[in-house]
Amino acid sequence: MSRLAAALQDLRALDALALRDTALARRDPRAKLAVTLCFIVTVLSFGRYQVAALLPLALFPTVLSAQAQVPGRVLRRTLWLASPFALMVGLANPWFDRTPMLALGGLELSAGWVSFGSIVLRVTLTVSATVVLLGSTGMHALCVGLSHLGVPRVFTAQLLFLQRYLHVLAEEALRMSTAHRLRAAPGRRLALSVYASLMGQLLLRAFDRADRVHQAMLARGFDGELRVADRWRWTGADTRFVGLWCGYFALVRAVDLPLALGRLITGAGA
Amino acid sequence: MSAPAVDVRALVHAYADGTPALRGVDLRIDAGEAVAIVGANGAGKSTLLKHLNGLLLAGSGSVYIDGIALTRASLADVRRRVGYVFQDADDQLFMPTVQDDVAFGPMNLGLAADEAQARVAAALQAVGAAHLALRAPYRLSGGEKRAVAIAGVLAMAPSILVLDEPSTGLDPAGRRRLIELLGRLPQTRIVATHDLGLVLQSCPRALVLHEGRVVADGTPARLFADAELLRRCQLEPPYEGLKPGPGPSAN
Repeated sequence: MSRLAAALQDLRALDALALRDTALARRDPRAKLAVTLCFIVTVLSFGRYQVAALLPLALFPTVLSAQAQVPGRVLRRTLWLASPFALMVGLANPWFDRTPMLALGGLELSAGWVSFGSIVLRVTLTVSATVVLLGSTGMHALCVGLSHLGVPRVFTAQLLFLQRYLHVLAEEALRMSTAHRLRAAPGRRLALSVYASLMGQLLLRAFDRADRVHQAMLARGFDGELRVADRWRWTGADTRFVGLWCGYFALVRAVDLPLALGRLITGAGA
Repeated sequence: MSAPAVDVRALVHAYADGTPALRGVDLRIDAGEAVAIVGANGAGKSTLLKHLNGLLLAGSGSVYIDGIALTRASLADVRRRVGYVFQDADDQLFMPTVQDDVAFGPMNLGLAADEAQARVAAALQAVGAAHLALRAPYRLSGGEKRAVAIAGVLAMAPSILVLDEPSTGLDPAGRRRLIELLGRLPQTRIVATHDLGLVLQSCPRALVLHEGRVVADGTPARLFADAELLRRCQLEPPYEGLKPGPGPSAN
């Protein structure tokens, strides 16, 4: 499968996941949004050299991905896509911050490496939580939730259109790539001039397609405001879901659980 | 006497580059009629249909829908009355699930969620696609997509249904179901196509469009027996063994 086909499959995989009837999919999108937002704020609130204290937070994406039945492949691919960002942000740290900080066995770790590890862990946690949120909710329901939480409709409509046009662009790119591959000399790389021509064609074709989609929307009464059906009702289970997870985040933030557990096991500090 | 469902007078349209698409179309369709507009590629069929829903506005001439002149001011009213099913169902289906997509039109009409859902259920039932409600549109077959696209328009309860090349990409079974569906619908139906077999089996009246003009108007059987007309308009007669269908219900 080409990389384009894989990308399109991933785009659709998250949508397809959200359509399944799982325990997490039944939660109100507002509840999932609130909890995920709270999780991200908690992750970001830790100090740059705190790594072990962050580890208990991994429980959240782990439990939710199991509840939402998000395949590990989808999580791994998304993390792989996000990894250049984490590397770009954190890789300079070991270079500039060489103060010795930790000794693991005979290996001495500088503060830069610790902060780099912290950045990688934070990106892993937040990206995983976001993927689980999308995979258990879907962009459509997510935008409904955002609207209910007070986010302007113009913003949520843009998000939905962005997602739709990503699909349009990927589908057109896939068609063109297949057509090119079928007639290209095997093993030869794409010439720059051909690549430029393909990009231009892709833009024009995606634009035409987007125009037809827009016409189809106009024909069904679209007037600039995206009205979507809201099937969710806030229930007691949603309140418990938010309360339990936010309580857990507060606990992790207030108490260094790995340290406390270490002390409990070793008896240190007693 | 009530106004005709569609009344087009001396309609002219040229594209932005100056290419003429319609060169003075006159057309009158009464409520409940099922009319085919046939013509070769580039004859102006899709352009004419887009004028009926206000996707294009007349450069010269006029369009009346149920007696209402189509202008910018009447666009919302006209689109409420005229349902447009696009040639490529993929262009029309863009919501994450079939039921969300079919609900798109009713929600734009300002209906309450409960009423919109009732319309969705009824429209999907009408096209035999109730079992697809929770599916993602991109996972449907060509025939299923077409049925859902029609349901998306039926849910808006239009009095006029406009279908652009509805049999494109359908297998024989899908095409058969489409013909049966067209026969069951009570709305005024306008079908643009060069599938003359479909016309013969689903429309008691046909118009031949050639180079932006209506050059013939009559029963499909009579028009398709005119070999010179078909040759001039670059059309092929349908399979000789094909008999006219019972025809859709005329109201």
